[in-house]
Amino acid sequence: MTTVKLLKYSFSFCLYFLIQVFILKDLVLFGYSFCFLYVFFLLSLPHEVPTISLLLIGFFIGLFIDMFYDSFGIHAASAVFLAFVRNTWIKVIMPTGGYDDNVPPTLLNMGLGWYIFYSLPLILIHHFIFFYIDSLGTDVYLPLVIRVFSSMAFTFLLGAIVQAIFYKKERVV
Amino acid sequence: MQQIFLFLYRLRAFILFLILELLALGIIFTHNSPQGAVYFNSSNKFTGRLLSSKNNFVSYFTLYSTNKALAEKNASLLNRLDRMTPVADSAYFALDSALSNNFNFWSAKVINNSINLSQNFITLDKGKADGVVDGMGVFNEQGIIGRVKGTSNHFSSVISLLHTDLLISSKIKKTEVFGSTKWDGINSNEAKLLYVPRHVKVEPGLEIVTSGYNAVFPEGIPIGKVKEVSHGSETNYLDITITLGADFSKLNFVYLVKNDFREEIDSLETEMVNPNQ
Repeated sequence: MTTVKLLKYSFSFCLYFLIQVFILKDLVLFGYSFCFLYVFFLLSLPHEVPTISLLLIGFFIGLFIDMFYDSFGIHAASAVFLAFVRNTWIKVIMPTGGYDDNVPPTLLNMGLGWYIFYSLPLILIHHFIFFYIDSLGTDVYLPLVIRVFSSMAFTFLLGAIVQAIFYKKERVV
Repeated sequence: MQQIFLFLYRLRAFILFLILELLALGIIFTHNSPQGAVYFNSSNKFTGRLLSSKNNFVSYFTLYSTNKALAEKNASLLNRLDRMTPVADSAYFALDSALSNNFNFWSAKVINNSINLSQNFITLDKGKADGVVDGMGVFNEQGIIGRVKGTSNHFSSVISLLHTDLLISSKIKKTEVFGSTKWDGINSNEAKLLYVPRHVKVEPGLEIVTSGYNAVFPEGIPIGKVKEVSHGSETNYLDITITLGADFSKLNFVYLVKNDFREEIDSLETEMVNPNQ
């Protein structure tokens, strides 16, 4: 990875982090629908990034966000899991002809259909782990299900908008 | 031997995954109990400073309602002061002077708050340097807010009443029946009053206040009002839903309370339970 790219990704790491803890933390629709936009940082890293680095990045972004959410490691646990399955999932849903090098998996590069197929299950797993660990102290399950699915929709919607507006198309068609 | 190393090397991602996941779960389970020290919370120096500068900005938007609430609290305090001032020419006996001074109060500002998770925490802008210690009670003019869990020099972290592990010793004001208030994790305006026996008559609208039994809160601080009473699945106790007095979505200024005799009371009670120690 070139220095320019490294700087670019470090900058977007900080941006995702700041937006998550200062704006999106207070933005919970209807008391159920959370937006964990920072998962899109993990999702949009290039697919050449090895799982080991992904795991470490996921762990630390999760831990930083935990400090602000006062959720003590719940974000870290779910982000690490997301990071662990991401590369495998990318391989599983590889289109015929494989991926181009130096083309990060973003919405505009890969197309909406592929992107939904790629991101929704990963977001679902992340949100399920997060809300499941959070709800361990309670014995109610309906709010858990509502939270997982409404937050998944919210996160995906905002994430897709961010992808469409702020990420450039890099693949030459 | 080489084979083993090669095998481990091939599994390196999975091993790192296990280590990090266990680390995260370790943090969750050691620090999510109402007791015990906390490290990765928002009361540390770095997070606290960032959050308080954010709050400086955001609190402008709630100035009106905050001022109104403070003015109301002032008015009620003035009323009480008036009632408590002894009349100059009549005999006045302070009957409980021995215990009258054992609670100390501080005020603090909420700089971080969450209400939508099942384990909610609040961060305040007062810490060790201001005399805040673990276990102090937190309330505002509307009702109970929570209990201090961790402190740094200038910030402290509070377990919100909206945390499914926090129990507040409480009673029904009119009938003096005791119970414990606990949040059930569903609605941020409602909680449950537990351990009220079935033979007790409870009507909607009755006020719930702190009992003063757990030495964290003084007696009589409002918690909420009874909303619904039903015979739940438990055979011995009523299923009571209460509407919380405090509006957790709009917290701004809160009061901290410390019982100077708490350690004495706690150690006495531990001695009673374990006479050998």
